[in-house]
Amino acid sequence: MDLIWLIPLLPGLGAAVNGLLGIRYFSKPVAAGIACAAMGGSLLLSLFAFAQLLGAEHREHIVTIANWIPPIPLETVSGVGQFEVPWAFRLDPLSGMMILIVTGIGFLIHLYSSSYMDHEPRGGYVRFFTYLNLFCFFMLMLVLGSSFLVMFVGWEGVGLCSYLLIGFWYHKKSAADAGKKAFIVNRIGDFGFVLGVFLVFFTFGTLDFREVAEAAAHMPVEAGGFGVISLICLLLFVGATGKSAQIPLYVWLPDAMEGPTPVSALIHAATMVTAGVYMVARNAVLFEHAPNVMFIVAVVGAVTALVAATIGLVQTDIKKVLAYSTVSQLGYMFLATGVGAFSAAAFHLMTHAFFKALLFLGSGSVIHAMNDEQDMQKMGNMRRYMPVTFITMFVGSIAIAGIPPFSGFFSKDEILAYTFQENKVLWGLAVITAGMTAFYMFRLIFMTFFGEYRGPSWEKADDSHGDHGHDDNHGHAWHGPHESPRLMTTPLWVLAVGAIVAGFVGIPAAIGDFIGVGNAIHHFLEPSFTAGLAGHGDEHAGLHLSHAVEWALMAFSVLVAACGIGLAYVNYVRRPERAAQWKTNWAGAHRVLTNKYYVDELYDATAVKGTMASGRGLWTFDKGVVDGAVNGAGWLTRAAAWVSHVLDKYIVDGLVNLVGWIFAEGSYVFRRGQTGLIQNYAVATLFGVFVFVTVYVVARYVG
Amino acid sequence: MPAGFSAADFYYILPELLLTGGALLVLMLSVLTPKQDGLLLVAALATVGATLAVVVSFAGLDVTASRGLLAIDGFAAFFKVVVLLSAALTLLMSSPYLKTEGIQAGEYYFLILCAALGMMFMSSGLDLITLFIGLETMAVSFYILAGFLKPNPRSNEAAVKYFLLGAFSLGVLLYGMSLLYGATGTTHLSGIAAALGGASPSLVVILGVVLVGAGMGFKIAAVPFHMWAPDVYEGAPTPVTAYLSVGSKAASFAMLIRIFIEGLPAVGAEWTMLFYALAVVTMTVGNIAALTQSNLKRMLAYSSIAHAGYLLMGVVVGTERGVAAMLVYLGVYVFMQLGAFAVITMMRRSDIIGEELKDLNGLSKRSPIVAFAMLFFMLSLGGIPPTAGFMGKVWLFGATIDAGFIWLAVIAVANSAVSLYYYLRVVVFMWINEEEGVGSPLTIGPAMSVALGVALFGTVVFGVYPQFLFEHAEAAARSLDGIASITLR
Repeated sequence: MDLIWLIPLLPGLGAAVNGLLGIRYFSKPVAAGIACAAMGGSLLLSLFAFAQLLGAEHREHIVTIANWIPPIPLETVSGVGQFEVPWAFRLDPLSGMMILIVTGIGFLIHLYSSSYMDHEPRGGYVRFFTYLNLFCFFMLMLVLGSSFLVMFVGWEGVGLCSYLLIGFWYHKKSAADAGKKAFIVNRIGDFGFVLGVFLVFFTFGTLDFREVAEAAAHMPVEAGGFGVISLICLLLFVGATGKSAQIPLYVWLPDAMEGPTPVSALIHAATMVTAGVYMVARNAVLFEHAPNVMFIVAVVGAVTALVAATIGLVQTDIKKVLAYSTVSQLGYMFLATGVGAFSAAAFHLMTHAFFKALLFLGSGSVIHAMNDEQDMQKMGNMRRYMPVTFITMFVGSIAIAGIPPFSGFFSKDEILAYTFQENKVLWGLAVITAGMTAFYMFRLIFMTFFGEYRGPSWEKADDSHGDHGHDDNHGHAWHGPHESPRLMTTPLWVLAVGAIVAGFVGIPAAIGDFIGVGNAIHHFLEPSFTAGLAGHGDEHAGLHLSHAVEWALMAFSVLVAACGIGLAYVNYVRRPERAAQWKTNWAGAHRVLTNKYYVDELYDATAVKGTMASGRGLWTFDKGVVDGAVNGAGWLTRAAAWVSHVLDKYIVDGLVNLVGWIFAEGSYVFRRGQTGLIQNYAVATLFGVFVFVTVYVVARYVG
Repeated sequence: MPAGFSAADFYYILPELLLTGGALLVLMLSVLTPKQDGLLLVAALATVGATLAVVVSFAGLDVTASRGLLAIDGFAAFFKVVVLLSAALTLLMSSPYLKTEGIQAGEYYFLILCAALGMMFMSSGLDLITLFIGLETMAVSFYILAGFLKPNPRSNEAAVKYFLLGAFSLGVLLYGMSLLYGATGTTHLSGIAAALGGASPSLVVILGVVLVGAGMGFKIAAVPFHMWAPDVYEGAPTPVTAYLSVGSKAASFAMLIRIFIEGLPAVGAEWTMLFYALAVVTMTVGNIAALTQSNLKRMLAYSSIAHAGYLLMGVVVGTERGVAAMLVYLGVYVFMQLGAFAVITMMRRSDIIGEELKDLNGLSKRSPIVAFAMLFFMLSLGGIPPTAGFMGKVWLFGATIDAGFIWLAVIAVANSAVSLYYYLRVVVFMWINEEEGVGSPLTIGPAMSVALGVALFGTVVFGVYPQFLFEHAEAAARSLDGIASITLR
């Protein structure tokens, strides 16, 4: 376990080698090989570390590799403290689970990408793997960091990589804009996060997660009021809403689908966007002490889940559906943290990573097969052409819809049970969301894989086409939809198996008692949420529902999911004309949903326009006023020159020659100095002095 | 020997004497052996190196020389090292540039050294007149240097503008100094401090403080006294711009601190407010104006205005820690700013000016090493860990919060967030835009590679191991007279 610092370092090295040398010298296989090898090594180390962690008595291990920020005296609430941060990594159950997700899924997606990105030119291909490796480096640093500051390095780093990867196809304006949007929206969240971190230091005098948790555990729970811990949690949560795309900062994630599909799978579904959930879970002790903020988190999560799901109902772009689904599922996770079910949140994070990465990679496979077509209205009957993709995506959809015994069922039901116990209204929202989730996911499956083929026709090539995926199809003639190559389908199979079995580590008590299995993940993760403090875990250990209620809840949610699937089946397979009917009958609602509640327009009209206007205002001032003054002064100079010329010629010449000579020389010198600009600048300088003097004099004799 | 001077006085100004002698030697060499630019570079660098060695050996001293006109203390030593380092880096990056532009190196190197001489007096002067003479020595050298590209109208324009506005601001500064002299009867800083102590300041003193503040504000390019900076930075030869934005700025800050913290602590309440306002306006206007620039030099000019705003925070704080934080930031700033300018200097090739942002297109492909270095400089300027710029910001913002100026720190953090946009835009141009750039490939000669290497080294090493810089900055700040008596305001 002492080597855990190597886990982030390996992909970091991969990125450095590919970035520095690869873009210029390496061929595609070499670059992909380096990137995959780095991730593979990292995965092996993670597995090894995880095995050691399981075997260890005390499941927490901190590795300090170097001193980073030397002690700086800095004021805190209890006198002057030492601001000191080491480069330290921390392996405990929560981060152990996260590194397995990041390296495991990361490795699969690296493999998948090596085939998916094959039609990129060499330079772009290597650049892609550089970014991907760099992303994993920062992501692993984020989850392994033992203090807020080390986490922040990763936090900002993944943001940067996300920006670079969304805008990977920079020549597409929409992609470049989406990258910019993600960057800017995340800055807003990060501002909150940074303020939160400042406040953490000011309050606790340290940034180490463990020390903060221990200190917070001894402070009173701010049940009645809104104290400093509440403020910290609220600020941190603002950061989480940016990174994890929650209301009101979720708008960047759907646009982020402009990036290549493996990126959407890795960054915008499985790992980076869950960083906010991870961060909240990591600071479980803090949040436990701020019940009011917990409630805010729960409400924001539930509302986000519902709103995103409704938007997902009407999207026709296959990746947009998945994007809104991701926002919705992240909302679920926040709902879980908000009701105190941190292990349920982490559990759902894990299962979601499997099935959502699977769904994204599957959609990538479809998009690939359809020659970069993303509109589901132009697909249909794809199961005939790509059975593997169909089967695996079907598995993923069942998992996310929450049908037992697939993984999504277990994690989602744990969340629902906890929510039911805490707040019935939120539970209602969550159940409605679950139904919608089942509906839109199967709408996606049915529109894509069933019905009539609605895509463009293709020329029948001489050779047979179909299950053997010739990647060189791309670029020249397209020979119709075809199954993707092995390098792409293998990760799909692996993830599909994960989507089926991942839930078995968290079997709920109602079933578990029946068949004699405990809820493994719950017990495993628990120490991470209590900072290892004895007796502290009791508060949120408990689901106090009777088994009968649990069974009823499970049955109900499965029923709701089944209804959603059934509705999708009727509307999109049995009687497709009904979908169109719905659209016309509910035109108003449909328009609102298709336009995503006009939130983008709202933000554009207020925040974006406002900022742009102020920027442009300054620019206009520079352009209009300053340049205008310059030009005006230039004109004045010319006019003065002309006047002086006239004077020179008609009057001065007629007067004394000596006076004329002095005048001409003087005007010459004068003119040389009067470039206009300078006068203008000097006036500005003088004006500044004037203002300061006035302020002081006034302050002295009036104030 | 002149009356009142002793041999010791000459001993203490040995670095300045060495620099003067070396500068004259370079000038003579250029006349005696024309067309030997390599030799001149070596001579100039040797001069700087020898001076630096003596300065470092004086670092532990804390005495006054020349009848109390000069301080030989840790503070002076810190700034002299900064100044000489930036002079050396400027010389290194100038040599290929001069070749491209076809400029005779002799006078150019001479002027670089003369400017450094002025800056050294600015950092050790204890008397308004001494400081002023140092300032003039530096300024006059820069007026000429800014216009060194004689056939280039932009360069001429820069020189004339800088000269006229410089003269104007010196007038303001001198007027302020004369008011201070009138109010206190002395030009010596400790005398002024003693005369002002206790009594409530008169209007004349306040006026003097404001005018001196404005005059210094011009030199450090603080808004609203910054108007000259973008035009001059854009027009001047690139290495001169680099020198101007680092050496001149550092020395002016040294002078500013000497005057205000050693000479005017009694009216601290008055000038804290002044610099608070200046810092806020400067960083905000600098950053916002930089957002829309398409010319790299102009963008860095606005960025350097913004950095002056950050640095002013240290003066606002005014405690030992505040000043130390400012020195750390300056120490870091030398490397990252000069590094960035070294890259821009390199972009100038015989067939292309290379100052526009779009000229960076695809640089990561054509010259990955240069692009990588530039990436580090930009991240550092933006204050992203683990670069030195981040350390500087942490230390500086920390000191500001510590002194109770919470809002100032909040504004500064918000400003840094804004600034990231235009720094990262440079990175985007280098990495994302893959279209073929224009112009012949970049060539990195030995001199340039040393300059780039040193700058990169500083930017990286002080990011992961800032202890060394912290300790020296603290020692330098501690050596200021009367700083210990300043507590939180």
